[in-house]
Amino acid sequence: MKLHEYQAKGIFADAGIPVPNSQLARSVEEVLDAVDEIGYPAAIKAQVHVGGRGKAGGIKIATDRDEAETYAEEILGMDLKGYTVETVLVESGVDFVDELYVGVTMDRGEGQPVLMVSTEGGVDIEEVAAETPDAIAREHVDPAFGLHPYQARKVVYNAGVDADVAGDVASIVSTLYDLYEANDATEIEVNPVMITSDRDVVAADAVMNIDEDALFRQPKLAELEDEAYEDDLERKAGEYGFDYVRLSGNVGIIGNGAGLVMTTLDLVDYYGGSPANFLDIGGGAKAERVTNALDMVFSDPNVDSVVFNIFGGITRGDEVAKGINEALSDYDELPKPVVVRLAGTNAEEGMEILNTDLLQVEKTLEAAVQRAVENAKEVSA
Amino acid sequence: MSIFVDDDTRVVVQGITGGEGKFHAEQMIEYGTNVVAGAVPGKGGQEAAGVPVYDTVDAAVEEEDANASVIFVPPAFAADAIFEALDTGLDLAVAITEGIPTQDMAKVNKRLGETDTRLLGPNCPGIITPGEAKLGILPGNIFADGNVGLVSRSGTLTYQVVDNLTERGIGQTTAIGIGGDPIIGTSFIDALEAFEADTETDAVVMCGEIGGEDEEQAARFIGEHMDTPVAGFIAGRTAPPGKRMGHAGAIVSGSGTGTAESKIDALNDAGVPVGDTPEEVADHIESFL
Repeated sequence: MKLHEYQAKGIFADAGIPVPNSQLARSVEEVLDAVDEIGYPAAIKAQVHVGGRGKAGGIKIATDRDEAETYAEEILGMDLKGYTVETVLVESGVDFVDELYVGVTMDRGEGQPVLMVSTEGGVDIEEVAAETPDAIAREHVDPAFGLHPYQARKVVYNAGVDADVAGDVASIVSTLYDLYEANDATEIEVNPVMITSDRDVVAADAVMNIDEDALFRQPKLAELEDEAYEDDLERKAGEYGFDYVRLSGNVGIIGNGAGLVMTTLDLVDYYGGSPANFLDIGGGAKAERVTNALDMVFSDPNVDSVVFNIFGGITRGDEVAKGINEALSDYDELPKPVVVRLAGTNAEEGMEILNTDLLQVEKTLEAAVQRAVENAKEVSA
Repeated sequence: MSIFVDDDTRVVVQGITGGEGKFHAEQMIEYGTNVVAGAVPGKGGQEAAGVPVYDTVDAAVEEEDANASVIFVPPAFAADAIFEALDTGLDLAVAITEGIPTQDMAKVNKRLGETDTRLLGPNCPGIITPGEAKLGILPGNIFADGNVGLVSRSGTLTYQVVDNLTERGIGQTTAIGIGGDPIIGTSFIDALEAFEADTETDAVVMCGEIGGEDEEQAARFIGEHMDTPVAGFIAGRTAPPGKRMGHAGAIVSGSGTGTAESKIDALNDAGVPVGDTPEEVADHIESFL
């Protein structure tokens, strides 16, 4: 789960990390109220979950009230890489002389957290990592012990941070690790940490992603989950308890098990179609879950055709088929053509009893996907 | 022959009194697995799925000589259950639980390096040696005894590929689901190494997916250390960056690591053919035999 910059900075500020003065604004009037209070220069920053906001025009620095108004009008409501900007953070501009990168993340390969510090801050750190990996100092942390204070100092010194601010930067690193642990973060990144002309350090940006699997013990963060959804269908999927990702194509996909659903998406693409979504309904395929899954794909206006691929393991194919038929009892006809393919235990028995008045049935995954792709082409033609 | 489990494996089911635990314990027993006990704190002295329940894994080992566990414990308590299995010194612990916080698994992973126990999973379907033992939730009836090893990060995708093999009359030595989480116990390389050493395994299927770099490392291992032919499959070619595709581990990072393309290239470089469809994987395996 991704937090917005303003949410992450709120957490930083509460933990004592210096952040610029700021206010949240949802309208041009609120932006102007905010700049009147904060003064100039002021950064107006789109609060959407996309990287590279600055380059895409989602961050502007206003030096007077007219500029603030112009930028507020530009940014609020703009489409930023597919997301509509509804909220901006209005923030006091920092007079900086240097920019650092500081991050904490899980190193999957090592199975332990890693601290990262670089003096190449303020730019795309992934480019730095690819081109000059030595410019990023790294320090792994034993997750059982936690961070030893020397490690925060070591990674800061190894990065070559100026001696007069090293202590303050190490203190930020140490606090970020505490926040990483305390909030079950998967990643925290501050890019840049700004060093001002007065040699103060300020966290000028904030990325904080939370482990969704840990929300059961992070009640405050769980309350933010609703705001983290990026569209209404993703919100609906959350309510139904589905793993769902919306994509841009027109073939709706329902299946069970992450790997098999991903494979179904790939096959849609392979056979010349374009997947509209990833939707994993999990085990069992009970009628209620099937009903909800059909509701998901049918309420996506992009979907022209649906492929429904279930591998029945412990749950037998005939039970799955009964669940599907029961879910279909609400329909006289389906709004979009649906191809079903069942496999595994009792798959043949299952396919025999499927309601073929409403459904198309195919025996293999490959055939089902090809038919759904053809259906989509016919519908959209 | 087989790897990691056979008919000598003596299983304790952690969480056997829960709905999932009981159901799958019964399924494992029905398959012929030597399930000897359950372990659930506070339920010692009861019976579940026809086997005695103990309060601790330690007691199940003492009384019933268990040497492996299958863990069906809810996510909030699962890491603790894995620690109990590791600290008891079992040979194998299979963690089925989905949704264990990653930071918990980092702590487990640290301890794992200090023990001799093999951990499989978490968030995995388990392991099966057809005709001998099944530890986990795999549907036993789609498997057949044979000479192909299979290792996969996914559950239902594994079943799909196994189904394609079994339908062609190609059976399996052992099939292993290593799990879809970012931090797991047994890796592709661990399984591949064991299949390479197994005299009855004549070919291996490796099903990977997007996220992390385990498939790339496994590809290098195959190129350098394996004579047994391997066919691959990689799920998630069409996954967009930054989106978690169901499995917590199945995510392409913003920096472009963990892509399907990088994994397929690495496997091809190691001489491993990668199927565009599950059927093609079976074609490759058939051509090896």
